[in-house]
Parts: sequence; structure tokens; C-alpha cells
Amino acid sequence: MGSLIEWFTDPAHWQGPNGIPTRFAEQLEISAIAMVVALAIALPLGVWLGHKNRGEFLAISAGNIGRAVPTFGLLVIFASWAPIGVGNIAAILALIIFAIPPLLTNAFIGVREVNPEVTGAARGMGFSGLRMLSKVELPNAVPLIAAGVRTATVQVVATASLAALVGGGGLGAYVVEGFAVQDITLLLAGAILTAVLAVGTELVLAGIQRMVTPKGLRLAQAQLEAAA
Amino acid sequence: MIASGAAWLAAADPTVDQAPNPWFSWEYVTTHTTQLLQAGKEHILLTVMSVLLAMLVAIPLALLVRRVRRLEAPVLALGGILYTIPSLAMISVLWPIFGLSPWTVIVALAMYALLVVLRNTVVGLKGVPQDAVDAARGMGYSKFAILTKIEFPLAMPTILAGIRIATVSTVGLVTIGALVGYGGFGSLIYSGFLQNFWHAQIMTATLACVLLAVVFELLLLGAQRLLTPWASRARN
Repeated sequence: MGSLIEWFTDPAHWQGPNGIPTRFAEQLEISAIAMVVALAIALPLGVWLGHKNRGEFLAISAGNIGRAVPTFGLLVIFASWAPIGVGNIAAILALIIFAIPPLLTNAFIGVREVNPEVTGAARGMGFSGLRMLSKVELPNAVPLIAAGVRTATVQVVATASLAALVGGGGLGAYVVEGFAVQDITLLLAGAILTAVLAVGTELVLAGIQRMVTPKGLRLAQAQLEAAA
Repeated sequence: MIASGAAWLAAADPTVDQAPNPWFSWEYVTTHTTQLLQAGKEHILLTVMSVLLAMLVAIPLALLVRRVRRLEAPVLALGGILYTIPSLAMISVLWPIFGLSPWTVIVALAMYALLVVLRNTVVGLKGVPQDAVDAARGMGYSKFAILTKIEFPLAMPTILAGIRIATVSTVGLVTIGALVGYGGFGSLIYSGFLQNFWHAQIMTATLACVLLAVVFELLLLGAQRLLTPWASRARN
């Protein structure tokens, strides 16, 4: 415990390419790039499939199969493949594939499962096509889409620590180095930093999710969380 | 292994391919059957032990939470935190305690699986119709009999769904155990990586891992059908 406090208060650990701020930024960068790409692919696709009520097999089984693919295996495959090679790019690619299934499934179900009474009423008022999607289906799908984004983001931020295993950066570098030189202090410091980042991300996103959920849907949101 | 790996990483250049290094090689499978079976056995054991340990903690906790309602929110929140902590961090924290042993991996993954089993058990028990419980009480069932004969069977589909999700996720996560030498197929993936990007071993072990997850999924779906025949009858 004392050595941990010493490690965290040592100014040498707060600067340079192996310092906490740099490693922290690397992990956030890897996660952010992966999430932006995954969102750009999965959300339009899921929303469109849900709106047209097509591709149920793709959207649902992507979620199930996605869970079965070991991210560590993907990461190593990308890192071992000459055109990509070791480093952060391999991690980003593996994380994109890791993040797409929950985003896709939730966007699809969120849009498709909008209360038919609501869409029926909107149709009676003359809503259709894009206006139906943007004014009725999307706002009603926000809770589920937001839940998917939150789950995926937290998992991506947590899993990004694996990048260091294939020569990339991020907070996992402390853990890998800690194992390599059998330094328990370093190992625990790395573990604490990655855990704090993941839990912090979860708390921040939970707050944002509450803010973006339309007021009328907040009760439904609470029930959704209880059932998830 | 890891120390030498780190040193080697700095020296090797993956863009230089010296020998043929195919991703898919049936020859690899036939010449490494023993290693693959060994890894498969380890992978299954680590997965099953982790999920069993998670169930062993989660199900009694769910019963406690149902009795003492004000514990529900804090217990689920704690489970949520354990679920959020990266497995890599969990393994690192447990390593000084359990050392290079399978328990480091099992306990770390059980903490991850805990939330899914716990939440589904709580939700499943909550979903039992009050009428069914009242009817059983009227027929003179004891509290214990109501729990084992009425509530658990009716909550079973939700509980089993949780166990299935937890198991399939755990199959993937076991691979990270390679870090402490107990990763099942993950150990083959990692050693393939450290042995000059041995594509055939990396790909075979990754695919075997996916296959194992699919087998677990199907087995547990089958178990769900067998244990809750009324659920599929109702669907038809």
C-alpha cells in the first residue's frame, strides 16, 4: 500500500512517454477512434434495418456471434498480419469489431420495437418515411440506443488495455511491464488506473444517458434497466 | 515468457516474411492435436469453474436481496462495478494473491460473470406471478417448498439466459488468462504471437475458441428447453 502511494506521488510517473497522462491519453485515443468508427458503421445500419424491419437475422445474430469472438484472438490476428503489424492500429481494429454488435442490435431493436400505437398515431397524422424516422422512431429509440452506446463504450475503454499486449500503448502498458519485471506495485498501479478509467467512463455515460433520454421515456428507461 | 516476448517485440519486424506462414493449415491441426485438446480441456475447465463460482455467489445473493429489499440497489451497483473493471486489471490484482495458478483466472472471470447471473436471477424471481405463490401458500407449501418448487422453476428461463450469456462471454475472456499461463486456447494464441507470428496456431486457436462458445451456447439452449418445457410450449 505504501509503495503504491509512493508510486502515484512520484513526479517521474506523471511525465514523459511512459507517464500517466500520456498512457491515459493513448488509451482514450485508441478507444475514441474505435468508437467513432464503430458508431459510424453500426448506428446508421441498425437504424435503417430497424426502420425497414429487415435483416433481423443479421442484426440479432451479430450480437450473439460477436460475444463468442475472443477480442484477444482478433487483436493478435491483426497484430500478426503484416499489413497491420503490432501496435495501436491492431487494437483499434479489434475494438471496432468488438463494439459493433451491441450497437447494431440495440439500434435495430430500439427502432423496430417502438410502440405500434405511437407509430400508428403518427401515421394517422400523416407522418411517413424520413419524417416518421426522425420525429417519431428515433426519439423513441433513444433509450435503447443510448444503452447500447454506453455498454459498448465502457467495454471498449476497458478492453483497450489489451493493446499493450501486442506492442501498443495505453494504461495496459503498466500491467504488461509489471508482469514482465514481476513488479507488483507497477502491476497494481496499472490495474487501479485501468479500473478507475472504466468505472469513471461508466459513471459519466450513465449521467449523459439520463440527460439525453426524452422526459416522457424516463420511467420506461428505469424499467428497461431493471429488465436488461 | 512475457519478458522475452517484450524484448523480442522490439527486435522483430512483421513486415518481413521469411517462410510460408499460412493462416489456415490442416497440417497444423493434425500435427498439434494433443496441444489443441489439452488447451481445449483447460479452456472448458476454466470457463465452467468461473461460471459455477459466479453462480455459487450470485444465487444466494439474489435470495438475500429479495429478502432484504434495501440491499438490492447497493448489491447490484457493486456487481456493476465488478463487471466494469477490466479483466486484465482483475487478473493483475489477483495475481499477487493466487500467483501463477488457475484460480487467478477463475476468480477474476467469476467476478465478471457475477453481475449477469445476479441480475437475471433477481429479475427472474421478481417476475414470478404473485398468484402462483399465493396458490402454493394456500395449498400449505412451506416457504422453502415455494422457493424450490414454484419460484425457482418459474424464474428458470431468465436465470438460464443469464448463465448462457455469462458462459459465452467467459469463453472469450478466458483467453486473457494466457498472461498468467492459464488461458486455454488463449495460451496458444499468445505463444503463437510470440513465436514469430505463427499464423496457423493463432487462427486455429481463435476459431476453436469461437467454436467452443457456440457449443456452450447450443448446449445451454438445449438445457433450457429440457428444464423449462412449458416455455417453448407457450411459444408454440
